[in-house]
Amino acid sequence: MKLLRAILLRLATTAVTLAGVAVIVFVVIRVVPGNPIAMMLPPGATDEDIARLTAHYGLDRPIPQQFLIWVGGVLRGDFGTSITNRQPVLDLVLGRLPATLELSLLALVIAVLLGGAAALTGTRLGGTRTEAAIDVANGVALSVPDFLWGLVLVLVFGVLFPIFNISGRVTPSLDLPFVTEFYLFESLLRLRFDLLADLLSHMILPALALAIPLAAIVAQLLKQSLKETMHLDYVTLARTRGYGETRVITREALPNAILPTLTLVGVQFTFLIGGTVIIERLFSYEGLGNMAIDAVINRDLPLIQGIVILFAALFTAVNLTVDLTYAALNPRLRHGG
Amino acid sequence: MAAELTGDGRGGLRRRAGLRLWLAGGWLALMALVAVFAPWLAPKDPLAQDLFLGRLPPFWQEGAEPGYWLGTDSLGRDVLSRLMHGARIALLVALVAGTLTGLIGSALGLLAGYYRGWTDTVISRAIDIWMAFPPVLFSILLVAVIGPGLTAIIVAIVVIDWTRFARVVRAEAMAQGAMDYVTSARAAGRTRAGTLLAEILPNVLPTIVVLLTLEMGIAVIVEAILKFVNLSVSTDAPTWGGMIAEGRTSIHQAWWVLVFPLVALFLMVLSFSQLGEGLKDRFDPVLR
Amino acid sequence: MSYLVIRDLSARLKGDGTRLLRGVSLTVAAGEVRGLVGESGAGKSMIGRAVLGILPRAVELTGGEIRLGGTDLLALPQAERRRRVGAACALIPQDPMTALNPVRRIGPQITDPLVDILGWDRARAERRAREVLAETRLPDPDRVMRAYPHELSGGQRQRCLIAAAFVAEPKLIVADEPTTALDVTVQKQILRLIAEMQARHGTALLFVTHDLGVVSKVCQSLTVLYAGRVIEDTTVRAFFRAPAHPYSAALLAATPRYTDPEGSLTPVPEAVLAAVRAEVAAADAGVAGAEAARHG
Repeated sequence: MKLLRAILLRLATTAVTLAGVAVIVFVVIRVVPGNPIAMMLPPGATDEDIARLTAHYGLDRPIPQQFLIWVGGVLRGDFGTSITNRQPVLDLVLGRLPATLELSLLALVIAVLLGGAAALTGTRLGGTRTEAAIDVANGVALSVPDFLWGLVLVLVFGVLFPIFNISGRVTPSLDLPFVTEFYLFESLLRLRFDLLADLLSHMILPALALAIPLAAIVAQLLKQSLKETMHLDYVTLARTRGYGETRVITREALPNAILPTLTLVGVQFTFLIGGTVIIERLFSYEGLGNMAIDAVINRDLPLIQGIVILFAALFTAVNLTVDLTYAALNPRLRHGG
Repeated sequence: MAAELTGDGRGGLRRRAGLRLWLAGGWLALMALVAVFAPWLAPKDPLAQDLFLGRLPPFWQEGAEPGYWLGTDSLGRDVLSRLMHGARIALLVALVAGTLTGLIGSALGLLAGYYRGWTDTVISRAIDIWMAFPPVLFSILLVAVIGPGLTAIIVAIVVIDWTRFARVVRAEAMAQGAMDYVTSARAAGRTRAGTLLAEILPNVLPTIVVLLTLEMGIAVIVEAILKFVNLSVSTDAPTWGGMIAEGRTSIHQAWWVLVFPLVALFLMVLSFSQLGEGLKDRFDPVLR
Repeated sequence: MSYLVIRDLSARLKGDGTRLLRGVSLTVAAGEVRGLVGESGAGKSMIGRAVLGILPRAVELTGGEIRLGGTDLLALPQAERRRRVGAACALIPQDPMTALNPVRRIGPQITDPLVDILGWDRARAERRAREVLAETRLPDPDRVMRAYPHELSGGQRQRCLIAAAFVAEPKLIVADEPTTALDVTVQKQILRLIAEMQARHGTALLFVTHDLGVVSKVCQSLTVLYAGRVIEDTTVRAFFRAPAHPYSAALLAATPRYTDPEGSLTPVPEAVLAAVRAEVAAADAGVAGAEAARHG
């Protein structure tokens, strides 16, 4: 019962947050200078044409009224029509969402694996020069944002060692048999490893750029957690039983050190998703973020609105998942030691 | 006893922190000097175009032109000079945007954390909403709204990143507010505002200073990103972000146009960050 | 022949060279229960840890040998030493609240070493674990095997740890103040349990404690330590009848007795402490001289 109330309260707060986001975006983008309608029409369009289209998109009404109309539409599942594409915003957004999701999730996996490996190696080789080197590398990775890593990767793998692609999501000439927009996922399911390779070749660099800062955070936190755990009595006891250093770390310390790391990773994941906006642009990756930037440049109000709301919803969903996961794993750890 | 027996070389840690502080601070000081004296230090006019001297490589490569140490971009403008002038803008944005964000964010955080009640509810809710926005997108949006120019960028940074200070400062203010020295100050007759400024603020100051260095690094990056996305379309005034945007397009023909501003940006952000880390280590024994 | 032979063991802190153990020698015969007594900081835990190979990172051994069943442990390569110690020795730790992994069930914590290190098959390991848990008088061993540590009380956890220590039939168990962290009411039970199981399994036991009362109940012989140096080494009977060293006598006198709470709280007299410290210093000078002679 208490759990139900907590969940409902959480959903209510989320709704308020999303509403707040919607209002702010709505107001902000309508203050944008530049008439999107005028940008759409060919030069030589009459004032009448402009007025007609403006009315069509409802942009001549007062702002509060526009907002209510928009909310009404949203509750029916209609997020408006894109000014630049003339297609429903919802379709456009859902069309690009899988690409961004796949990129984000790939980055997350890379970050966890990389950061985890760094933390474990650093702990296992504690006190050696290797550990110090890992710490320094970590410090640098932590201090530099995904944007710069993206540029570095573009330079290294675009100019020096051109083994990966630095542009796009997939080689344009390829014939894609996919049903959904989840290219990576589908290529796996369909066992089309040739397509998988092509996709990965395009995705690896942007994913890596996104992953590096998060990997550094994971490594730092996990290493700290492991260090604290390694001093505990049950770890020492395991040593007396004959377990070697590596097994002691992975069997005894790691399961205990993971939980606090997990919650932080969840929060940082939302930052990673936010980073897709610029990384996708940098690598010309056809995802949500790239579309968002174009939308702003073109003053495509309905589209901007839809994308921002979607990102906000995505963030809150991730936060919710993290909190739920923590609550699920926690009772077991309510121990006295 | 147990602490002594861990023997993980705390002494070494302290030494590393000191070195870090010197290196980072040193580099930033150097950048500041370059920025201030750029008009005199720069070998060429950063805006001077000469299409005959376009895409010249840096001095150690074949085909380089003497005087253009780091080469030229596609319009024949000297990369080194543009780099130096770009440092001015970068540091200007870092200082102004960073400080403003810090002031506003900290102020709101202090108010929320100390006064609690309605103030806290409103500010916390605002923070939640703000944090649901994808930051880069929001900043691009704001710059589109406000218009081109440095003011827009600074405002965008402040409006988006104040939450970074507000959250942390709020938490600290709450923690400090619960401590005994505050209660005794109040009992001795200090006003609430007085307590906040005289007792709590000094204790929260180290955290704010560390965040400030972090914020400055972020400000530089945001400026570069916004210029890269080409929303502030003033292609003349040399900024590192603009140079990077140009360099990205001619990456195969003139890699140096991208590399040098990238390295400059990289080092500056790294320095700000390490400065913050170094300060954090320094403040640590005082705080705990 | 003694199963555990420690000869002239010395140890110090890596950082400032503070001596922790000064040429300690002691033996534990097969099936013998030897008490290792001393005040806090005397080095008694250090000896147990040295044998088991779990000295803190900041401590290093500077001399001596540790023979287990005839084999010089310190001469073995790391992995081999770990294996032998894991197979032949066990530890009953001090604090049951922190000595069990909180995220794993009790059962695997007892059976895993049998399967992983000793190569038993899972079924045999579980049978054995259940048997030993039953020996510790825990009601419903099956439930305990499936439980997480936080579901058990301190006394119950200590019984699990005792079971874990005996499960592989070790030749030597080091008990590091196993009752100190427990409630007084539970201490006696646990003590009795350890004594019972030792007698039944015939395991050699090195019982580290600061409590002479415990020694009198459980041990056959004892070694008294002060500042990392052996002060006295004798049988329990002889000790309690007439301790040979003034420090030991003072320790005995300092043991509080319920029958005379006020009168029995006599600290070790300053004169005795001074004398024993002088002894230690003299011994140090001798050691330093020998070291200098060797290097000089």
